[in-house]
Amino acid sequence: MFGEDGLLNELLVERFNYCVYVVLLLIGLYAMIAKNNLIKKLIGMSIFQTAIILFYVSIGVKEGGTIPIYVAEHDPHGHHAEHQAHPEEANATEETEENATTATTLHEEDHGHHGPRSLTDEETSDYANPLPHVLMLTAIVVGVATLGVALALTQRIYRAYGTIEEDAVLAAILAEDASTVIPDVLATKPKRTSSKSRKAKKA
Amino acid sequence: MKKIALAVTVLTGILLLYAAQDFPAWGDLQSPASASPVSKHFIADTGVDTEVPNMVTAVLADYRGFDTMFETVVIFIAGIAIIGILRRTGADADAPALKRENEIAAEPDLIVTNTVRLLVPVIQLFAFYVLAHGHVSPGGGFQGGVIMGASFILVALAWDLPKAMDRLSVDRAVMLAGVGILIYAGIGLFSMLLGGEFLDYAELSHVLPVSREMARYHAMLGVEIGVAFTVTAVMFAIYANLSTRGRLEGGL
Amino acid sequence: MSENSIALIFVFPLFGAVLCALVGRKSRNLCHPIAVASLAGALWGGIETLRRVIASETNEVSYYFGGWNADAYPRGVGIEFRADYLGALIMLVVVGVAFLVAIYSKLPVAEETPEKEGPFYTLFLLQVTGLAGICLTGDAFNLYVLIEVAALTGYGLIAMGSARAAAATFNYVILGTIGASFYLLGVGYVYMKTGTLNMVGIQEVITANGLADSAAMQVAFVFICLGVLIKMAFFPFHAWLPNAYFHAPTATSSLLAPLVTKVMIYVMIRMTLTVFGVDFSFENTLWTEVIPWLVVIAIVCAATMALAQRDVKKMLTYLIVAEVGYMVGGIWVYNYYGFIGSIFHIISDACMTLCLFLGVGIILRKRRTTHFDGLRGLFRKMPFTMGGFFVGGFSIIGLPPTCGFFSKWYLITGGMLAERWEYMVALMFSTMVMVVLFFRLIERIHLAVTESGENIGHGHGDLALPESETFFDEAHWTMLVPLLLSASVVLVIGIFNQDIVNLIQDFLEPFDLPKGTGR
Repeated sequence: MFGEDGLLNELLVERFNYCVYVVLLLIGLYAMIAKNNLIKKLIGMSIFQTAIILFYVSIGVKEGGTIPIYVAEHDPHGHHAEHQAHPEEANATEETEENATTATTLHEEDHGHHGPRSLTDEETSDYANPLPHVLMLTAIVVGVATLGVALALTQRIYRAYGTIEEDAVLAAILAEDASTVIPDVLATKPKRTSSKSRKAKKA
Repeated sequence: MKKIALAVTVLTGILLLYAAQDFPAWGDLQSPASASPVSKHFIADTGVDTEVPNMVTAVLADYRGFDTMFETVVIFIAGIAIIGILRRTGADADAPALKRENEIAAEPDLIVTNTVRLLVPVIQLFAFYVLAHGHVSPGGGFQGGVIMGASFILVALAWDLPKAMDRLSVDRAVMLAGVGILIYAGIGLFSMLLGGEFLDYAELSHVLPVSREMARYHAMLGVEIGVAFTVTAVMFAIYANLSTRGRLEGGL
Repeated sequence: MSENSIALIFVFPLFGAVLCALVGRKSRNLCHPIAVASLAGALWGGIETLRRVIASETNEVSYYFGGWNADAYPRGVGIEFRADYLGALIMLVVVGVAFLVAIYSKLPVAEETPEKEGPFYTLFLLQVTGLAGICLTGDAFNLYVLIEVAALTGYGLIAMGSARAAAATFNYVILGTIGASFYLLGVGYVYMKTGTLNMVGIQEVITANGLADSAAMQVAFVFICLGVLIKMAFFPFHAWLPNAYFHAPTATSSLLAPLVTKVMIYVMIRMTLTVFGVDFSFENTLWTEVIPWLVVIAIVCAATMALAQRDVKKMLTYLIVAEVGYMVGGIWVYNYYGFIGSIFHIISDACMTLCLFLGVGIILRKRRTTHFDGLRGLFRKMPFTMGGFFVGGFSIIGLPPTCGFFSKWYLITGGMLAERWEYMVALMFSTMVMVVLFFRLIERIHLAVTESGENIGHGHGDLALPESETFFDEAHWTMLVPLLLSASVVLVIGIFNQDIVNLIQDFLEPFDLPKGTGR
């Protein structure tokens, strides 16, 4: 279990991120279900969502990969910019520069502007996978929106019941239920009218 | 309740750890997610398809633009829902304002206000930079919009809410948020009317004097501006409504 | 324009919603017409889409947002919308129900949430875009975004009412977020193992790479199912639904009650058939043994709880929970006819729940209560409203020729052929309960019986009510017409059930489901 190929070694060393996200997720889940205070529940919700974000971003990692923004030599507009700004640096990356130049001249003839080229398989492995990052941008936004709405609800509850402890709110609701009378005018009326009609018959 | 929660948590944890042993190794280049044709296409051909150096921006605003449109809509929904939940109507609206406990009417602090006076223009300029530079560096509409919204919230914190509302009232914020969605969906609709699919920005090259790829590039900036409008407005509207419990006067 | 019909389903309500938000503050009266008009546009787009699906050779139509079509780019680069018979039918139900509720909502919104017409109709229209999108999307992550769109608008719509509604919504937010996040987590696992988010693409990779035994995929399936079950208020996770729908404003509950749970059942069908595939979903003995028993417990408990209620609206909310059990059961008996029953029941249940909730809304408006005691003499007062309400009730019980009879027929056939006797017994039990419930209601509405069972009339239609209480006083036409339309839809679907079943059979044919027992 603790050896080179043991489960713990595998989980804690090779898949450390995956363990951290599980722990975070469980903390959040527990707080969401067990906590009595509404705000604490929401804090749990945030932790829960953050854990999922951590998990997704972990998927996108590549060993030795950089952020998913083209470095200068792969930049669709990079060649042009470099020649104006850093001529010496551009010379330093000769090989790729040559590639870019040939590609550029080809495209310049076609479209009248310097066009980019498709990256080779080897070059693609230099960049982290952009898709999980995009997905998580969406998930973050959704999380923020949910949190905002939930905070508004908390305020609405506080305004009505004067507390944000769940059991106190429940007690207030039960008290309210017990005190409300069903607004049924009909339940008492018919008896009166029927007795009236009987009286009328007698008379 | 605590025992149920604990049981649920432990069960979930066991399930998650059971799955974790089947995961590809950390940072594996050959993991299915990294080696799939979809991921490779994003990295290899974003430049060819759209001429945008920042792949995340291109995937966000173009390849998965429909997702992002609804993401903006989610923000918009949050703003509208909070107003709907907290706004007081009828008898509720006429009830006297509750004084907070220990509330003191303090003058805005001289040091704080003057620092904020200096900071706000810088923050707003930076917001524009993050928005406009989203194509080539980390940034974009959401990020720029949040920074912009923060500058208004800072004004509200340093002086008071009415001072910030002079600059951006909640009504105007709702309008601005709607305009942001209109910009995004409008660009999509316009490209549909030009003969493509909804959100197919390449069709805009019929009206813009650029190539199909550069049309995507420019349209992405357009939709990011729409996103920034919505995010700025909604961030401030959320703050204003939450900090005043829906009354929109006084505030923190 | 026809080739963009799928996009039009979203374009109309989206622009309508923004318009409502923009004009809502100044001229509130414009919101209702804008909502009705944009939903009429969406309905047109929906009908056009179904027409194109029927006309196409493969019985499905794909639409690539942003023009990232699968011919020129790898599948899954852009977001694909795929309309097949299943998706198109349910999308049409969503838009149709929303259209009727939009007409109906004019008076209830003005009275129950005064001065909030702008936010209400904005959220209303966005809710429809979210639900219709769930039915058509072919991308697993896009589905998550649309689920959240539908959920957030739902929170706003419910909580707009009383403080009680806000308190009930808070539970909904917590459970809804857990459900959606579990779904998101499951999608993350699927993406990690398959490298794509496109539903058809995932299915291809699962078969190509033989991922059926992968632990991560199985856990992903469990989490996606759990998330969807929480979202659809399946019995142990139903806690949020009754209170939230009971305290919600009338127009909100009429929109959410028929649609939200059913659309989530659609998601479950989509996940089992299209995304994970029949073999993966049903060959694993663990959950195919467990879930049918959960279904039995769910149906029996929900029906019993419905029996205990003394309030029509509250009773209906528990009936929704029981109906969810029916449909989940129809999927998990793993039988061709069970699937037909489930899909057909989504459609018919949406129509009859709409019918009932529209009726209850009218009762609530007239009597200020939906408690059983407040119902007496309603038939004489509002014969048309009550007639429509009874049609919905008969359909829930499952009396021919309403659509509820035929969908239940297929569910029972499926259970019988799959030899799931426990499921059939649960269905029978629940049907009995509904008979009791609705005939008790009819008794209350027609006769002069009090809560304690005492008959205070003198027979022969004497309700022991003063003249003023039995005076003919029908509901306003904006509320009555949608109710009667939905009641007639319940009957029409029932009478022409074979046409719809044919479409569903065309959809199910390629999946090669067992017609006897699957075990």
